[in-house]
Amino acid sequence: MDKVMQVSVFSENRPGRIEKITRIFADEGINILAISITSTNGFGIIKLLVDKCDRAYDRLKENGFTVTLNEVLAIEMRDSPGGLHEVSQILAKNQINIENAYVYVVESRARAFLLIEVKDIDKAKEILSKEDLKFFRYDEFKRR
Amino acid sequence: MNTPENNMTISYWEKPEETITRDALQSFQLEKLRETLRHVHANVPFYQSRCDDADLDPESMRSLDDIKRLPFTTSDDLQLNYPFGLLAVPKDDVVRVHTSSGTTGKPKALFFSKGDIERSANLIARCLVMTGTGKGDTLQNMMTYGLFTGALVMHYGAERVGALVIPAGPGNTDRQISLMRDFETTAVHITPSYALYLASVLQKKGIDPGKDLNLRRAYMGAEPYSEETRKKIEYLFGIDVYNSYGLTEMNGPGVAFECPYKNGMHLWEDHFLVEIIDPETGEVLDEGREGELVITSLRRDAMPLIRYRTRDITKIMSDTCACGRTHRRISRIMGRSDDMFVVKGVNIFPQQIEQVLMGIKGVAQNYQIVLESLDQLTIKVEISKDLFDGNIDHLLKLQALITAKVRAEILVKPSIELLEPGTLPVSEGKAKRVIDLRTM
Repeated sequence: MDKVMQVSVFSENRPGRIEKITRIFADEGINILAISITSTNGFGIIKLLVDKCDRAYDRLKENGFTVTLNEVLAIEMRDSPGGLHEVSQILAKNQINIENAYVYVVESRARAFLLIEVKDIDKAKEILSKEDLKFFRYDEFKRR
Repeated sequence: MNTPENNMTISYWEKPEETITRDALQSFQLEKLRETLRHVHANVPFYQSRCDDADLDPESMRSLDDIKRLPFTTSDDLQLNYPFGLLAVPKDDVVRVHTSSGTTGKPKALFFSKGDIERSANLIARCLVMTGTGKGDTLQNMMTYGLFTGALVMHYGAERVGALVIPAGPGNTDRQISLMRDFETTAVHITPSYALYLASVLQKKGIDPGKDLNLRRAYMGAEPYSEETRKKIEYLFGIDVYNSYGLTEMNGPGVAFECPYKNGMHLWEDHFLVEIIDPETGEVLDEGREGELVITSLRRDAMPLIRYRTRDITKIMSDTCACGRTHRRISRIMGRSDDMFVVKGVNIFPQQIEQVLMGIKGVAQNYQIVLESLDQLTIKVEISKDLFDGNIDHLLKLQALITAKVRAEILVKPSIELLEPGTLPVSEGKAKRVIDLRTM
């Protein structure tokens, strides 16, 4: 199972922050696979799954962003009715609680990944590796 | 309400001292200045070397102008000599200490002997009697009791004139209103921002001060305010507002105070020698010109201060006052000298907030305090880059922790805004920490 890292950026809730982040990624040839924005009490965290997470992290840091990398689970699912249910059944059966989740759709109506943050990722990985699940692999998405 | 009521008899607490001729006052000042210099020369090494360096022998002083040969005492000097360096009497002879944070955050200690407390209370007594407060009055003291001198010094003076004192302290507005009603408060000692806030609460509750309260006058000080604010507060409450000036370094309130003519504050010159200087060059300015107020205490035992720079901008008004007092007046303070501000009636120093913020992990160096209204304080805090872990719960916890810790320190609940590091402007030297958007 690949170690899938998401880039988390702290941001005040004000116009222009996403614009700046995406400009840096565009200039660097970094592809955004999925994005999630959580905002509360005047600030927020932007979470991104990208194809080159180390480069994304370095460039954001150089540009003064408050940024960190953390590991997420990226579980493949069918992009059709019942797809998420199949995966969530397995999570529920194994008592895995989701702290935060978003989705990367690879092929519309065909394949997607459920990106989830959990409290104890190592334990979750160990449990889920025994299940009949497919996981995200970077080599599939590296742009040539 | 700009002139005293026609039938008002002018009252004095110490008529001979308050109406002394200018000549006699100046001779008295010279005598007390010599005594003060003799005292500090003998007991405070800091001043001894200053006198010696200036070749100034207290015995041979001929004129008040001789004091110009001595350098100024500054807030920094007080901080550098903290805690006991400027004490002029044995420690056993002081009975009270007040401290005050300086602009750099280091504290200053100010000591009072028994005599100093007596004299400061006596000066307040002059101020209160001058404005009509005495036996039969109830004074509700809404200033902060504690290390800040404002409340305690007023308290002692009000007791001295025989008023009933309610040591209410600031804040808790509902209780303030109950106290005012239950004890038929006739006078309040209050900051202008809190007076405005109190007026808005009364209005919301449908209480008409003119009908429902017994209030006649307010003593207002501790923060600069305009003539417009005075008039507004006089109108809102239907009372007389008297401007009060003081600073912890010179006992606290009661240094200068308005008489019923409300045209400048009589500065008690038998206790304080005043000069006005150019704050840039230190040059002594002619009477009537606007500049920084410099005060030499003439009657203090525990901690006399020579040529103390107050940082307050004012001017001396020397025309005669119809009240009969010969002590010259200073105008309303025009410049905010100090960083202190007041929210919900509580005196707050930015340094208090800084101290709390800097003790919390996850908070970066830069912060800003924004004052948008009289009861709301917003603190913009930059989070620390290194501690960011992408978890929003941790940020919410940090926000709650900052709120709680600041509240515990300043007694007012702030609104905390978390910012990205590098968002706030970084200024050269002293950062502008307090953005005051209120107009007073």
